[in-house]
Amino acid sequence: MNSTLRRLLHRKLALGSVLVILLITSAALFAPEIAPYNPNEQFMNGLSPLGSPLAPSSHYLLGTDLLGRDLLSRLIYGARTSLIIGILANGVAVLIGTFLGVLAGFLRGPTGSAIMRFTDLMMAFPALLLAITLASIFSPSLLIVALVIAMVNWVQIARVIYTQTISISEREFIEATRSLGASTPRILFKHLLPHLLPTILVWATLGIATTVLLEATLSFLGIGVRPPTPSWGNIIFENQSYFATAPWLVFLPGVAIVLLALAFNLLGDALRDELDPTQRGRS
Amino acid sequence: MIRYVSRRLLQSALILLGVSFITFFLLYILPADPAQQIAGRSATPETIANIRVQLGLDQPLFVQYWHYLVNLVHGNFGRSYIQRTDVSELLASRLGPTLYLMLCSILIELVIGITAGVIAAVKRGKTSDNAIMLFSFIGVSAPQFILSILMLYVFAVKLKWFPIGGYGTPEHFVLPALTLGILGSGWYGRVMRSSMLDVLRQDYIRTSRAKGASELRVVLVHSLRNAILPIVAMIGLDIGIFMGGVVVVESVFAWPGIGQLAWQAIQRVDIPIIMGVTLVSAIAIVLGNLLADLLSPLVDPRIKLNR
Repeated sequence: MNSTLRRLLHRKLALGSVLVILLITSAALFAPEIAPYNPNEQFMNGLSPLGSPLAPSSHYLLGTDLLGRDLLSRLIYGARTSLIIGILANGVAVLIGTFLGVLAGFLRGPTGSAIMRFTDLMMAFPALLLAITLASIFSPSLLIVALVIAMVNWVQIARVIYTQTISISEREFIEATRSLGASTPRILFKHLLPHLLPTILVWATLGIATTVLLEATLSFLGIGVRPPTPSWGNIIFENQSYFATAPWLVFLPGVAIVLLALAFNLLGDALRDELDPTQRGRS
Repeated sequence: MIRYVSRRLLQSALILLGVSFITFFLLYILPADPAQQIAGRSATPETIANIRVQLGLDQPLFVQYWHYLVNLVHGNFGRSYIQRTDVSELLASRLGPTLYLMLCSILIELVIGITAGVIAAVKRGKTSDNAIMLFSFIGVSAPQFILSILMLYVFAVKLKWFPIGGYGTPEHFVLPALTLGILGSGWYGRVMRSSMLDVLRQDYIRTSRAKGASELRVVLVHSLRNAILPIVAMIGLDIGIFMGGVVVVESVFAWPGIGQLAWQAIQRVDIPIIMGVTLVSAIAIVLGNLLADLLSPLVDPRIKLNR
């Protein structure tokens, strides 16, 4: 009874995560229609007579930021930045990781171990420090931030895919197709990749959470997405000096970041439970 | 055992060599010119050229890298471009605060993580288990800087219980260590929970229950000792994770450790310091992983150290 309840709750969490992701995605897609104002417009009446940000009111639903811009509109447009970088950077990381992991696991031999030694090396890199250094070296555009994040995040995926590839290629059905005379590309694309797909899907989901967090952190340090393009991280970066007097300017984007990352983490975890039969019944 | 350790040490040295080369290469192709940075904006081209020669920046990449390596072997990390002091001195003076912070936060992670994991496993499927697991997910989904700012807002600005940043008294430790400890504990909590569930399924636990041992005794005396072993090995990996992320928390809390040193150096393109911090962090990560591997036979005696 309890476990049924738990599974239900688990599904509920997964369902909730999907809803949150859909909500944020539609906010990003329809930002021009939903946002009450232009996110970059500095309003004459957007600051108090003393020049500080306005508290939430009926006019500016979530208040204004340090330049008198509407916070709600900036948050809605910020969803675009987070999702674009999340999907782009993580997509590139998954591609690199899968490619190298499959290559190393399939070829083995010197090429395989050379690739894996290289991932060992990348594992020893202090990832955030590397990302920060790279981001500040190349003055960032959206694309460069995404690539920097991808350069840091592919390593984990490569290792997981490598182990999976090895264990799958040792199974009889691969041996059988090979002895039937199947070509290498056929084995790769018809037999190996379909078996890797669940793992790839799980990591593609979990990875978006990591990516969103990394983008937020880089932007918070002022070396990620550059203002005036709104990103949840750089809204916090710009307004942090007001965090004692106007805490919502810092905490609302913070909540948005945590919600999005949490949704992708929970969904990825639920996917892993569903897709990986060895994990079923263990939790 | 000795052969395994010496092989792993050699491997680690090679990995560190690789890390040093990649970092050196990345900093070499840097668009910002350190000579320009040192000379200031009004410097003449001759001055800048002189500085380049002085620092050896006019040499080809591999020559520069070779010089760096030779110095490194002698314990010389080079001199900071901006602060005009030896990087090894700077690193030595900043390492202490970072290590103390690491010690405190890992301690907090362990206390929260183990307690939460045990409770979740014992109350498996109940509300408290679900709540703990949800919190552990929030822990991995919240970036350090957001919890840092939240802690500062609540405990330093509003309640004024703790200082807003800096270093020196025990009070200064509380907020940064709690921030790192709370976020990291989610990971320990989840591992502890599944390890505990595994142990609780074992026959000897059923035996001790059948003997009439109280539930508290079963959990605390018979199960905890065995369930805790995977956690011990995780500490090694955690050291690496800590070193990788320390930049953010140290910058927010004005903590005078190597993370803050790195952040200041990155902003001023002070390459020798960036190199030094990267290497020290990589050493910590490599040693942490080695520690985790060496401890794994302790966790599971079936694992043998002869790969």
